[in-house]
Amino acid sequence: MLGKLRRLSQGVSEIALEESERLPSAERRRFLRSGLFTAGGAMVGGALAGIAPKALAATQYPPEIPSWTRSLGPGVVADPYGVPSPFEKDVIRRNVPWLTADKVSSISFSPLQHLKGIITPNGLFFERHHAGRPEIDPQQHRLMIHGLVDRPIILSMEDLQRFPSVSQINFIECPANGGMEWRGAQLNSLQFLHGMVSCAEWTGVRLSTLLQEAGIQPKGKWLLAEGADGAAMTRSIPLEKALDDVIVAYAQNGEALRREQGYPIRLVVPGWEGNTHVKWLRRLEVGDKPWMQREETSKYTDLMPDGTAHGFTWVMEAKSVITSPCPEMPVRGKGICQIEGLAWSGRGKVRAVDVSVDGGKNWQQAQLREPVMSKSLTRFSLEWKWDGNPALLQSRVIDETGYVQPTLGQLKAARGTNSIYHKNAIQTWKVNADGSVVNVQLS
Amino acid sequence: MFSFLKSSRALPGICLGVALVSAPMTGVAEPAGHYGYGASATEEQIAAWDIDVRPDGMGLPEGSGSVDEGMQVYETYCSSCHGAFGEGMGRYPKLAGGDGSLAEDRPEKTVGSYWPYASTLWDYIHRAMPFFAPQSLTDDQVYALTAYVLNLNYIVESDFVANKETLPEVVMPNQDGFTWEDPRPVVSNERCMKDCKESVTVSDSAAGKNLTPSTTGPLDEGITE
Repeated sequence: MLGKLRRLSQGVSEIALEESERLPSAERRRFLRSGLFTAGGAMVGGALAGIAPKALAATQYPPEIPSWTRSLGPGVVADPYGVPSPFEKDVIRRNVPWLTADKVSSISFSPLQHLKGIITPNGLFFERHHAGRPEIDPQQHRLMIHGLVDRPIILSMEDLQRFPSVSQINFIECPANGGMEWRGAQLNSLQFLHGMVSCAEWTGVRLSTLLQEAGIQPKGKWLLAEGADGAAMTRSIPLEKALDDVIVAYAQNGEALRREQGYPIRLVVPGWEGNTHVKWLRRLEVGDKPWMQREETSKYTDLMPDGTAHGFTWVMEAKSVITSPCPEMPVRGKGICQIEGLAWSGRGKVRAVDVSVDGGKNWQQAQLREPVMSKSLTRFSLEWKWDGNPALLQSRVIDETGYVQPTLGQLKAARGTNSIYHKNAIQTWKVNADGSVVNVQLS
Repeated sequence: MFSFLKSSRALPGICLGVALVSAPMTGVAEPAGHYGYGASATEEQIAAWDIDVRPDGMGLPEGSGSVDEGMQVYETYCSSCHGAFGEGMGRYPKLAGGDGSLAEDRPEKTVGSYWPYASTLWDYIHRAMPFFAPQSLTDDQVYALTAYVLNLNYIVESDFVANKETLPEVVMPNQDGFTWEDPRPVVSNERCMKDCKESVTVSDSAAGKNLTPSTTGPLDEGITE
């Protein structure tokens, strides 16, 4: 009987139940009921008055019985929208103050060193704003589709949700991810070196559905996407891509987009540089030529050593990085160490990842963790027995096109050191004898 | 599933299922207007939001502005961040100079040295500047600023007047400096597994450089100079 009551009264403390066992059965039932119906699970003062609280032990692990096992916790909806444990307070997005003039036009980095699996929690998805994060009332927000279309339309957010929806898991990476490291090793942190990549399940309407609804005219070859933020951020996208796998997303990991990610709607342009995934999307124009906007001429073009530049370099090429160990996650002693990391490619699926512990002299194939999806983050792992000697850890991804992630030397030989964007070179972590990990570059 | 709207407007034609347009795109599953959702965009609505300008001048409005007029506007709204002569302030962008520097060790990518099209200047100032009050300038002010910044870069003479006819005629110094076809993949690596190189040398390390903000505790405000 007590067992049943225990199940019924989940949340009533062990102390209360023990105390109740000393009571006659009728009183015991009343006692338990009073405990169950006390708002917030507060202690029942009268019945417990005789129990002296045990002095709190210095530790809570065996042989101690933890205090949280002998008390009640907050009830349901204590956090109507759940938040992480206060013990996770260090797991936050962070910025590099010296990098930009202002936080309004800046970036923040995802704490990759703390993340598990392949999905980035919505509150930790990296941010890139050009004019801050607008506060948009979805009832007042509209998406206009016009230009070389038969039927220019204006859609409310309610209209958008009536179209057939799709969900797909895709990474988004800023093409400047790692861009501070072309000339040398500067930052000693996984978060700041590679944290401008995140991955989510996006839900929305296929862009092809919306463009077909508007009716693309035969001369239409390009699309201009424009945001509703104070930068009215724009990018030209060829229709071939727009009609392929692009979506107008209104949800991220099952809930409405976060404001930082473009609430109420954004473009998701799988595998392409983050800047094309226009947030706070308000307008799509079909045209016959690209618009040569600031974000595709002055910015997001790659300067080569001869002074010429490459534009429209949209695809994020294959990249991988070991996320543990890393500068924030040192090796915890000799013996078996689980090397883990993330790999991705804007051209499709990850085919394989190799890991080296000797700076690229020898490589072993790592295990890919399911699921392995196109244009998504993929997690890999390799068991390594560390002998306590300094080591140079690297990972190298091969994508489904056969492309092999280059070394920094190979990339610099082809691109020089002034291109800022698209630095997808192999990362080297030096493991010191004390287990600490440092960002290094090899000659 | 969440809903954006508490109130739901009853829209006629929800399940119309009727093709409204007779010229569907080839290879398209559904004809235009298949769903019939939303409202037709009126010319007035489109005109108000269609602010983009292309290199061929498409999108440029009526109006004009001179270099001298631009100087007045620039000193009021722009020089506090971009400097009196477009030299930039702190980390705010430099607008002028840097000619011939693109192949140098420290290239300076400015409107004059890097930007391939003058139309982009008009478009960007109009949509996003001044930084603290975007889309607050008149079309004439934007023309004037465009003329002034071009003149700061010695691309137009001081008597230049920018308007929808003159601006598309301006040839930027670096117009031919870009390749608009992605050449990648250009860097190829081999998937060598054993004895891939003889020696390994660490050439640089981030240790001790003191450039990394804190990765624990509260946000590091750091040195912002």
